[in-house]
Amino acid sequence: MTTVANSEPRPPKIISRHVSKVYDTVGGRVTALDGFDLDVADGEFVCVVGPSGCGKSTYLRILAGLDTHTSGTIRIRPGDDPKKPLNAVVFQEYAIFPWKTVIDNVAFGLQMRGVGRAERLAVAQDWLDRVGLGKFAGYYPHQISGGMKQRVGIVRALANDPEVLLMDEPLGALDAQTRIVLQEELLRIWEETRKTVVYITHSLDEAILLGDRIILMTAHPGTNLAAFEVPIPRPRTVATMNLPVFAELRAEIWALLGREVNRAMELMA
Amino acid sequence: MTDAPRPARLGAADEALPDGPAHPSAWRSLLGPLTALAAWNALFFGAALWRPAWWLGLAGEFVLIVMAAERVGRRVPPRGRRLYERSLAFGFPVLVLVAWQLIVDANILSPMWFPPPTRIAAALWDLATGYDKFSGTSLIGRPWLIPAAFHAHGLAGVWSLFAESHVWVTLARVVAGFVIGMVPGILVGVVMGINQTVRLMLDATLSAVYVLPKIAIFPLVMLMFSDPFGEGPKITVVAISVFFLVAINTMAGVRDIDPVFLQAGRNYGARGLNLLRHVIIPAALPIIFAGLRLALGTALVVIIAVEFLRAKQGVGFITYYYWQVLLPDKMYAALFVVMVLGALLTFVLQWIERRVMPWQRR
Repeated sequence: MTTVANSEPRPPKIISRHVSKVYDTVGGRVTALDGFDLDVADGEFVCVVGPSGCGKSTYLRILAGLDTHTSGTIRIRPGDDPKKPLNAVVFQEYAIFPWKTVIDNVAFGLQMRGVGRAERLAVAQDWLDRVGLGKFAGYYPHQISGGMKQRVGIVRALANDPEVLLMDEPLGALDAQTRIVLQEELLRIWEETRKTVVYITHSLDEAILLGDRIILMTAHPGTNLAAFEVPIPRPRTVATMNLPVFAELRAEIWALLGREVNRAMELMA
Repeated sequence: MTDAPRPARLGAADEALPDGPAHPSAWRSLLGPLTALAAWNALFFGAALWRPAWWLGLAGEFVLIVMAAERVGRRVPPRGRRLYERSLAFGFPVLVLVAWQLIVDANILSPMWFPPPTRIAAALWDLATGYDKFSGTSLIGRPWLIPAAFHAHGLAGVWSLFAESHVWVTLARVVAGFVIGMVPGILVGVVMGINQTVRLMLDATLSAVYVLPKIAIFPLVMLMFSDPFGEGPKITVVAISVFFLVAINTMAGVRDIDPVFLQAGRNYGARGLNLLRHVIIPAALPIIFAGLRLALGTALVVIIAVEFLRAKQGVGFITYYYWQVLLPDKMYAALFVVMVLGALLTFVLQWIERRVMPWQRR
């Protein structure tokens, strides 16, 4: 099984080589990320899974330019249109602005890039319609549910049309049922857009359901543990989770991940 | 041993449960406090206890009225809830005024030092409609003269009416001082919230000056002005007290912003002024407004105190003046005006708050 990236003639969309992050604290130096490697091909959906505190969120924030790395190389290859933003993040805590209406939140990235009001609102309305939030455009976030807020968070990123979509446990704060609904929605939207995605999650099921490839990370300090291709054909739905191949892959990954989770718990104790 | 009596007890409890909200005993529970209230009054009137122990009598009445109101409250249907709450909120001050009136009328308290509400109202009417020829001032600027003044002297005539008013002068001082202190307060607060260096340099100093009672620097401020008795020092001391409160609260508000909002703002391309306008200011607004509300209260305290000390006009001045000339009726009336002024300004600020932060509207 060779990786998709190697068979492609084009260079990868995301290149990260030996990325490390060391924090200087009063108690000494803490290594959060230790020589992490990850290349992501254009249009690939990569899920990064690891135990709590393994630095997977740190990696995403470095990739998003929200944090600095101590050593290594990390970059996103720009596309043909230089005006397109390199990345847009979907945050776990939604991070949609309570002081802006739903539609102004979705249009925010475009507004910051100087897109005119009529045009950016049209784009935002289109995206809201696509996730069934069209009639909530004028609502404030406190008037809608958690699941709807994260839909807004997701289309805010998509309306910005970034080269890569970075998702930091986007469904982590939702209840189990809303989560399933949004997983289906993510599958559907990804089929339509085929964005390059780096998706951080705790949930192995979610990673297998959504991803083309799963990157496992070790417990603290985080680095590459293993990588798995997901051989399940698309389009997928939540029913995909019932396939035998799904269960086999999960068992295979868990054999490795479970050990790391136990190690992480011992580290914390 | 513990198991045996339990079913029996449960059964007994079931039988004792009321049938529901419409149970007749609901209103009957009111009888207790009402009977006690009647008995309490009978005791005080019968034994002539009001004169020696009127405060005890009122305390007892208060407790019994609370008990009766609570029993009413339990039976109020959800639709009547608002009316019930309003009646309590407005009924209480009315009761206080009635009790005050009765106690003074019965000569238990001296009407000289504790003028009854009716006499305060009359004094208020006198103040509002009258004109002090000696000092050339009136309470609200005799607005009924506006058409005549405009006819005779144009806008200057109307202006002179406003200028003779105690209320307008105090209002102008508070509002001017508030705005002059608020604008730099928000600016400095935002800079301190964003920039760690500025914060580290200013925070300790600001906190030290903050605890200083602002009225204490009034002599200092008078020293700085060429006309120490003019409007300058009065407005300045209000502005200074507002500035510190607003700056410290704004800084707290900016520092309190959930970092994820700043990250989202930056990730979606907001930099510099855009970040300030679309993320930092709106995110900090709730706490900035909390600071403004505090500052408004302080501004009123400061302006009244300043007017006590050194003013020829203003509601603080007349309150103190009527104490000096020993006219308690008018002193109370002036205090009432101060109260109304405070309530009015608070209401205006709350209105602005709702307009500026529509996303917080319930």
